[in-house]
Amino acid sequence: MERLQSPDARGIAPNPPVLAKGYTYDAITEKISDLSLNPKLTKGWLGGFSIAITLAGCMVVAIVHLLFTGVGIWGNNQPVGWAFDIINFVWWIGIGHAGTLISAILLLLKQNWRTSINRFAEAMTIFAVACAGLYPLLHTGRPWLDYWLFPFPNSMGVQQQFRSPLLWDVFAISTYASVSTLFWFVGLIPDLAVLRDRAVKPLARKIYAILALGWRGSAQHWRRYRIAYLVLAGLSTPLVLSVHTIVSFDFAESLIPGWHTTIFPPYFVAGAIYSGFAMVLSLCIPLRKAYGLEGFITARHLNNMAKVMLAMGLVVGYGYAMEAFMAWYSGSPHEMGMFINRTTGPMAWSYWALIACNIVIPQTLWLRRARRSTLWLFIISIVVNVGMWLERFVIIVTSLYRDFIPSSWHTYVPTIWDFAMFFGTIGFFLTLFFLFIRYVPVISIAEMRELSHEVEHGHH
Amino acid sequence: MQNDNQTSNRKALDNPSFTEHLANKTGRQYWRGLEEIAETTEFREMVDREFPEGASEWLDPVGRRNFLKLMGASLALAGIGACAKQPEEKIIPYVKQPEEFVPGKPSFFATAMPLRGYATGLLVESHLGRPTKVEGNPDHPASLGATDAITQASILGLYDPDRSQTVLSRSRIASWDSFKTAIAAEVGAWKAAQGTGLHFLTETINSPTLADQMRQLMATYPNAVWHQYEPAGRDCVRDGAKMAFGQYVETTYRFDKAEVIFSIDADFLLTMPGSVRYSRDFSAMRRTSGEMKGMNRLYALESSPSVTGAVADHRAALAPAAVEQAAWAVGAALGVPGVSAQGSSPAVDALGKAWIPSLVKDLQAHRGRCVVVAGDEQSPAVHALAHAMNAALGNVGTTVVYTDPVEANPTNQAASLAALMQQIDSGKVDTLVVLGGNPAFTAPADLKFAERYQKVRLRIHAGEYNDETAYLSHWHLPLSHYLESWSDARAMDGTVSIVQPLIAPLWDSKPLHEVVSILNGTPSATAYDIVRAYWQGAKSAPAPASAAAPAPGDSTAAHAAPVAVSAGPVASIAVNGDFERGWHQALYRGMVAGSALPPKSPTLNGGWATAAAAMLAATPAAADAFDILFRVDPMLLDGRFANIGWLQEVPKPLTKLVWDNALLVSPATAKQRGWKTEDVVEVGYKNLTVKVPVWEMPGHADGCGTLYLGHGRTRSGRVGNDVGVNVYAIRTSDAPWRAAAATASKTSDCYRLVTTQTHYSMEGRDIVRYGTLAEFMANEKFMEERHHEPEIVSLYKEHTYKGHAWGMAIDLTACTACNACVVACQSENNIPVVGKEQVNNGRAMHWIRIDRYYEGDAAAPAQHFQPLTCMHCEKAPCETVCPVGATVHGEEGLNEMVYNRCIGTRYCSNNCPYKVRRFNYLLFTDLDTPTYKMMRNPDVTVRSRGVMEKCTYCVQRINSARIEAKKEGRMIRDGEVVTACAQVCPTEAITFGNINDKESRVAKAKKSPLNYALLADLGTAPRTTYLTKLRNPNPELEKGA
Repeated sequence: MERLQSPDARGIAPNPPVLAKGYTYDAITEKISDLSLNPKLTKGWLGGFSIAITLAGCMVVAIVHLLFTGVGIWGNNQPVGWAFDIINFVWWIGIGHAGTLISAILLLLKQNWRTSINRFAEAMTIFAVACAGLYPLLHTGRPWLDYWLFPFPNSMGVQQQFRSPLLWDVFAISTYASVSTLFWFVGLIPDLAVLRDRAVKPLARKIYAILALGWRGSAQHWRRYRIAYLVLAGLSTPLVLSVHTIVSFDFAESLIPGWHTTIFPPYFVAGAIYSGFAMVLSLCIPLRKAYGLEGFITARHLNNMAKVMLAMGLVVGYGYAMEAFMAWYSGSPHEMGMFINRTTGPMAWSYWALIACNIVIPQTLWLRRARRSTLWLFIISIVVNVGMWLERFVIIVTSLYRDFIPSSWHTYVPTIWDFAMFFGTIGFFLTLFFLFIRYVPVISIAEMRELSHEVEHGHH
Repeated sequence: MQNDNQTSNRKALDNPSFTEHLANKTGRQYWRGLEEIAETTEFREMVDREFPEGASEWLDPVGRRNFLKLMGASLALAGIGACAKQPEEKIIPYVKQPEEFVPGKPSFFATAMPLRGYATGLLVESHLGRPTKVEGNPDHPASLGATDAITQASILGLYDPDRSQTVLSRSRIASWDSFKTAIAAEVGAWKAAQGTGLHFLTETINSPTLADQMRQLMATYPNAVWHQYEPAGRDCVRDGAKMAFGQYVETTYRFDKAEVIFSIDADFLLTMPGSVRYSRDFSAMRRTSGEMKGMNRLYALESSPSVTGAVADHRAALAPAAVEQAAWAVGAALGVPGVSAQGSSPAVDALGKAWIPSLVKDLQAHRGRCVVVAGDEQSPAVHALAHAMNAALGNVGTTVVYTDPVEANPTNQAASLAALMQQIDSGKVDTLVVLGGNPAFTAPADLKFAERYQKVRLRIHAGEYNDETAYLSHWHLPLSHYLESWSDARAMDGTVSIVQPLIAPLWDSKPLHEVVSILNGTPSATAYDIVRAYWQGAKSAPAPASAAAPAPGDSTAAHAAPVAVSAGPVASIAVNGDFERGWHQALYRGMVAGSALPPKSPTLNGGWATAAAAMLAATPAAADAFDILFRVDPMLLDGRFANIGWLQEVPKPLTKLVWDNALLVSPATAKQRGWKTEDVVEVGYKNLTVKVPVWEMPGHADGCGTLYLGHGRTRSGRVGNDVGVNVYAIRTSDAPWRAAAATASKTSDCYRLVTTQTHYSMEGRDIVRYGTLAEFMANEKFMEERHHEPEIVSLYKEHTYKGHAWGMAIDLTACTACNACVVACQSENNIPVVGKEQVNNGRAMHWIRIDRYYEGDAAAPAQHFQPLTCMHCEKAPCETVCPVGATVHGEEGLNEMVYNRCIGTRYCSNNCPYKVRRFNYLLFTDLDTPTYKMMRNPDVTVRSRGVMEKCTYCVQRINSARIEAKKEGRMIRDGEVVTACAQVCPTEAITFGNINDKESRVAKAKKSPLNYALLADLGTAPRTTYLTKLRNPNPELEKGA
């Protein structure tokens, strides 16, 4: 106990610990598994869940209306062929990135502070990808023909058009979704076994038993588990970079001023991580408060995530600066027109709001006090999420609504159905998240026990 | 009501004797036998009417199901119906006469569309008996193969489900038989009274047969009175001729011989009758390719911006009074006898410094090769002045041709209508028969037509729509569309066309000829017989169509309405004495040979100048007055086309407004009065007011505002009702075109106006290239030297084209933004109408759009037009981004859209730098209305929701030409494929063809040093290119020109 308070071997003394003192294996197991097995149906959970599922209901209504009436219920128009649909798609995909980054890259980099947050960050990834995936599927004019996007043997003898980034997207997203799900699930297996063993209710026992895939915790199991997990981490790592790179190709490959930019891949990846970490913070700050998990998700975690955000924010800021520079350096009237229009045109509010949210306000994170203030971090995380949404709005809408030929310039106004769909997917996401914290260990029990061992005895 | 119908029909079908008879018959006998056995009245009616009662229910979506039930029943009898309706009249195909109807192979029939007293000769495409597309008749003098947008849209008028479908008696459904019975008694009474108390009100009549029928009618009822009224009529033109020459003459212009043109507020390129021909002639003098290396020069004075002003080399925007003063100043400077400058104003004085002297010098330098044109809306005095100027410049007989009037009975129609009103007030009108027209909507507001009309004992209205006038009438008789009826009509030069029907009437309508015949006591004559009988009477050489007519404004003369129609046909149709042969030839060629009116040279009245000056002085020209100018809507004209969605949705040429009208004012006037676009102002004239939204219109003269007629209909149909503001409400008989000293005050309301183009500036980008003729003459390559195109390198392999490679060149010098191409494309390619809301959402579906840019000073901006279709890029950005390969590069270079494969990601549209792709965001195509199904071009896929579409270069036309060429084992010849836009273009601005063929017109056009590709630096290598717009300003007026 004493040792925990003294500086540890790796000299992270100025920082709070990654695990609060006093957690034994038993305490960890009990604390986390109880959330799933013996939940107190708090008013908070019920209230949150009802709001979330109501919003998800809105989404269902919006989708049914969309399928029966057509994408014309949205505000998309000529020339703004993509708007909320693709903004939200990119936004959600971006959010997902933090999960993969935390679980895979930080695992490979042996950042032990990731342990307490990786489980729900991964869950967040999967749910975000689910929300994201809805948009490209539904935004097409004839969603019932979406399966044509997939290469399947067909009597028409028609192939996909492999030059289209949209098709690369299909592969990128579906790969991402399946690898993330697999990664998450493999990581869950030992914990599901714990739940199986501890569950009292027969049905819960049965379900957890099935999901645990016969895990017995033998050394052989652990060995294979470790290898599988590492392999999946290795597979996921390039995906962190590739998915958003490919999403950015949707824009970079086109010739629309504001889209046709080589900086997009890194800039999109940084933006994705930025928004992902913001979303992790937005979720974990209330979560640790509500379930008393401050011992697991400590101020150290928040501090680290704030630092990542700050760094990513600066990369994104560099991206914005380069866009401005290239608009001038290109010498093209279209590029310059695009930039001037973005910053001074009728939709300039969105650009300046974006700069405020993504660049100006997060600079407060240079201050340790800001990074240590849970409330301020929460506010910043929300601000960055808004900012990143605005970034996609700026990229997509303000590039499209005024492009090359002024005669076809036309403004864009979202409709109530755009908002219904957007808030609907937020509801859908939260619904999944509420179910997740109710039925699945939100923090990896196995890894926490390992961490506790490491913290106790140092890393070997 | 609906149930009643059903039971009555069921009864007819269950008629025991009917089924009994059926049981005993088989095969051919079966059909013939049916007719014989049909004796019950219900059954008879059913056979006669083709569709059972209640067929009109298909208008009502709720009733549609009911209708389908009825339709099922009537299907059993469809064969009989068709037999009964089979027209016995022969119709002759124009270009190709197929041995039989070949499905998928259209036939073309020559006919003509009469409008506002002038006919345009047409060839109408017919697919298995359904007319689907209107084209101009290349041999017809008013068309030369082109048409305007309105003519293009007339096909939608034919299939308009809101067209009147049945005879109405006091707004209740009746039949022609009941009308004939009812009117028979009246006819007896009229004959007895020699027609006293019987009044007829017609539109301008240019059908010789109808004119003859009217003559006969007036002979039957000698005391009857014939009134005429056309809301957007040419009273000023008539009275101007009268003032100048003491007689009515028809004035036609030969712009193909005019090198200098002075337009006094004349919109001869769009709204003036004859504009299609005028546009062709005008643009023929503005070509820099081929032999001709010169251009005409157009000077335009105008108050309200028009497309003519927009293409003018020198345009001056003046208030209406100043236009007159400036015209007089020009007349005086030209030394026209008896003309001295009238009044002055700062604006005219400013023009007097350089503009007028240069114009005068130019005109004088081109004696006999120039022309002065006065607008239809200008006062008779201005017309008289224009006649005098043309006479003084020696233009008569060269660029100005006078003939006898084309219309049958020229008169001052405003006075004619006023006289009718006067007669009603004095109780002399017992019966009023309105033969065409919609005076309850269009009559001058001060005449209170609707109110007075209802004082008449018996009111009969014949019209194509159950409109405002029909509603107030005791009897409404549905008139057939011109594509459904036999008739004849004269073009502006007098050439007669026989109007032959393309289809039997869709509904229970009759041509006007038959209605007049019923009124004349011969109810059984068919239009075919009437028209033929008239022409069979032709023995002699062409006779003048008119004799002396009443003086303008003389209401008593108008009241007496002398019928100035000579007996006997106006021309002989027989060829070598053989009528049948001549008749066939006339039908085949679309016109009667040699029926053009001979030119005449009327002499100027000595006292015209005094009369004109007096008339001018009578119009007060207060310095700070706000004048209201009434103009026909460029697309809806006087409002008769309000229910045609194509014309409502096609953006008006200059404002790009759709589905509305507005008070057009100059930005300066708006600022001065504190108005903004979309503010609603109350415009008042003589105690009449109307509330109308403001539209700031660059180039409009200050101190006046323009209102377009034709909007605000209340009974036009589902499409046109309550669209825009009815400005007839403040149009009075003394001020049909210009309400001087009107009032206008801002209200607190706002009204949303929708346009297809919200941005007017080119933002300094290289979009429309333009220069002057002088620059071009000095250095042909001046444009190429000004714009260095970058070398384009591509990662992709170059396409190679062994056979044809289709391409298009659009001459920006020629385009007048008349919209004909837009509507022609809509008709050819089954493009849906989306409505005001959807246009506001940016979802208009037109495949070709005409961009309009302003440049320079808002008071006198330069205006540029640029038609934009799919560019069919060689390196098409849309093709590479479609994930499913729904838009692909064809082997002849077309950028092809595979609707079946499209899933609607819209990526192609986002990536199109020209933004020419159109997406079916909703189900825009009306798949329910049965008549629209008949209207559609069977060669073009009807698109459903969720599919991207765009210009295909009329690939269906390419393919049909390919079939012909393959049969003969050759390449497609130049000119064999003409896209719909190119075919209709009155100025021949669009050239289409095979660019692999170096001899093709399009390849030659693309070789011109003026040729350029839009956004060439993107490397898209568009197949559609543009020819730099050239102007020909007077070097004295424009430096560097």
